[in-house]
Amino acid sequence: MPEIDLGVTPLRELNGALHKLPKDTNETHWVIDNPAGGHAIAAGLDAPLTVEVNGPVGYYCAGMNKLATVQIRGSAGVGVAENMMSGFVHVSGDASQAAGATGRGGLLRIDGNASSRCGISMKGIDIVVKGSVGHMSAFMAQAGNLVVFGDAGDALGDSIYEARLFVRGGVKSLGADCIEKEMRDEHKAAVHDILTRAGINGQIDPSEFKRYGSARKLYNFNVDHAGDY
Amino acid sequence: MDATPITTPRKSATFDDYTLSEIRRAAASGIYDIRGGGAKRKVPNFDDLLFLGASMSRYPLEGYREKCSTDVWLGTRFAEKPIHLKIPVTIAGMSFGSLSAQAKESLGRGASKMGTSTTTGDGGMTEEERGHSSILVYQLLPSRYGMNPDDLRRADAIEVVIGQGAKPGGGGMLLGQKISDRVAHMRTLPKGIDQRSACRHPDWTGPDDLEIKIQELREITDWQKPIYIKVGASRPYYDTALAVKSGADVVVLDGMQGGTAATQEVFIEHIGLPLLSAIRPAVQALQDLGMHRKVQLIVSGGIRTGADVAKALALGADAVAIGTAALAAIGDNDPALEEEYRKLGTTAGAYDDWHEGKCPAGINTQNPELSVRLDPELGGRRLANYLAVLTLEAQTIARACGKSHVHNLEPEDLVALTVEAAAMAQVPLAGTQWVPGLTGA
Repeated sequence: MPEIDLGVTPLRELNGALHKLPKDTNETHWVIDNPAGGHAIAAGLDAPLTVEVNGPVGYYCAGMNKLATVQIRGSAGVGVAENMMSGFVHVSGDASQAAGATGRGGLLRIDGNASSRCGISMKGIDIVVKGSVGHMSAFMAQAGNLVVFGDAGDALGDSIYEARLFVRGGVKSLGADCIEKEMRDEHKAAVHDILTRAGINGQIDPSEFKRYGSARKLYNFNVDHAGDY
Repeated sequence: MDATPITTPRKSATFDDYTLSEIRRAAASGIYDIRGGGAKRKVPNFDDLLFLGASMSRYPLEGYREKCSTDVWLGTRFAEKPIHLKIPVTIAGMSFGSLSAQAKESLGRGASKMGTSTTTGDGGMTEEERGHSSILVYQLLPSRYGMNPDDLRRADAIEVVIGQGAKPGGGGMLLGQKISDRVAHMRTLPKGIDQRSACRHPDWTGPDDLEIKIQELREITDWQKPIYIKVGASRPYYDTALAVKSGADVVVLDGMQGGTAATQEVFIEHIGLPLLSAIRPAVQALQDLGMHRKVQLIVSGGIRTGADVAKALALGADAVAIGTAALAAIGDNDPALEEEYRKLGTTAGAYDDWHEGKCPAGINTQNPELSVRLDPELGGRRLANYLAVLTLEAQTIARACGKSHVHNLEPEDLVALTVEAAAMAQVPLAGTQWVPGLTGA
């Protein structure tokens, strides 16, 4: 099991090594120490690896991740797991802005809070935040699921498309075209499935969540709705 | 005595026929006018510049005998695999969605034949353009539609789009008529909805963040790909300086004549700068930073002829990009389709309702019955011919100025016909030593 000390090894060397691993490699489990808030750690992975990062990371950790599992034992900077395609990224601490931004697949779990714009423009990713999310989360969210155990800030789901938002706590305000919707059994089942995949099933009853999504009033321009923008 | 003669009816210069028609249209619909293309108003442009050919003080080169090179290296600052173009003319970013697959293929075929690059757009990379473009630049836009690391890795360069000349400060727009099944799938959107993409990137704000974003892109692609930053011309000195600071290999500067697939008319005509006024400040920023020719500058927006190409290069650009002209070359707004343009309430040369998806030429449409009209092989041939002419014309001018490479053209080869052009291009008014803004009156 390779163990890399980023206090000694340059980031380029680490990421380059992770990218060059052959498909049949036995080195599928990596440990990274002393990340010290560095940026783009384990970005662009494209293999079923497990990468443990012991400490806080900067911007874009696990950016555009495919297939890999990335465990961050600490907090994450802006854009953790941005544009993730598949795999699993787990932040044990808090996450800064734009966590999971534009993600197209996979699962992002944040055990602490996530700042503003969590899940912005998400395109299929599932995001679980055990704490709360900041303002403008799920802005222009297109697809996927955002599950929030705590509260949501202002303008949740502004200009949302077809993503589904599940919030257990309070919502300070909803954004343009975002409304509360009925939490049917199929949605409870979806939350149950996501929590199971995130490894935290049984802690929370899915029926405690409220569901939010698009009113679809802004899908085609209508001058009578111009004031909603 | 007869009645007093009446004066000839006179229309207002302020409230002219076009203006009045727009007022009536707005009153009837309640929505701003949306169209494609770039600024249609007359703005100072390259027509207001002239080259000073060689004579007693400079020696010209023989046409067809003495070599005048046209190749360009892009991305030499950081990228391990910089791009080498055979000609200083590239194809600007235009999306699949806005354009048909056949149009994208035509652009790829034509550009590849001439050894230059094409660019994706707000909608991701299609197999048609990757397969037919020997050099393909992949755009990273605020919407991130279709963005994925596999396409990043198979691109030849990455262009981070901050803005474009038709709408600096504006986002993308693709109305429901063009959101076909394939476009909807690529963009992860429901079919038939109006798609208004964001004007700001979702995961960074400002040049300090962008520097880190670019670092991520370089890490994902193992520092192999050149990274461009594209800006609409508005504050070209500072935008160029900040792009350099952010780590760009190449700056792409798009003037207000540059086209868009669909945007508000008021945006196109009233925001941004003409390209002529934007090049010198951008070059000045590069020179002040000691980065001219190290960070390459591509300019676009209203390039039509080899003379335009040569003038842009003489003002300090490394290459130009064309969009509207490339579409015209493959058949857009062709008078041969006049009857069909008239059915749409317009005329060849004026058709700009590209967002409606009814393009008779099969270019700005997702309607399969229309798009099949465009033969990509023929379109590619026509584009290659046009690119060849642009290059030959630029070489002709360069040789006449005594230059063995088109990059050796310089501001000292130019004069201006108008005071405005002299001030904007920072070259003397013809017949004088006067550069308004720089030298005394």
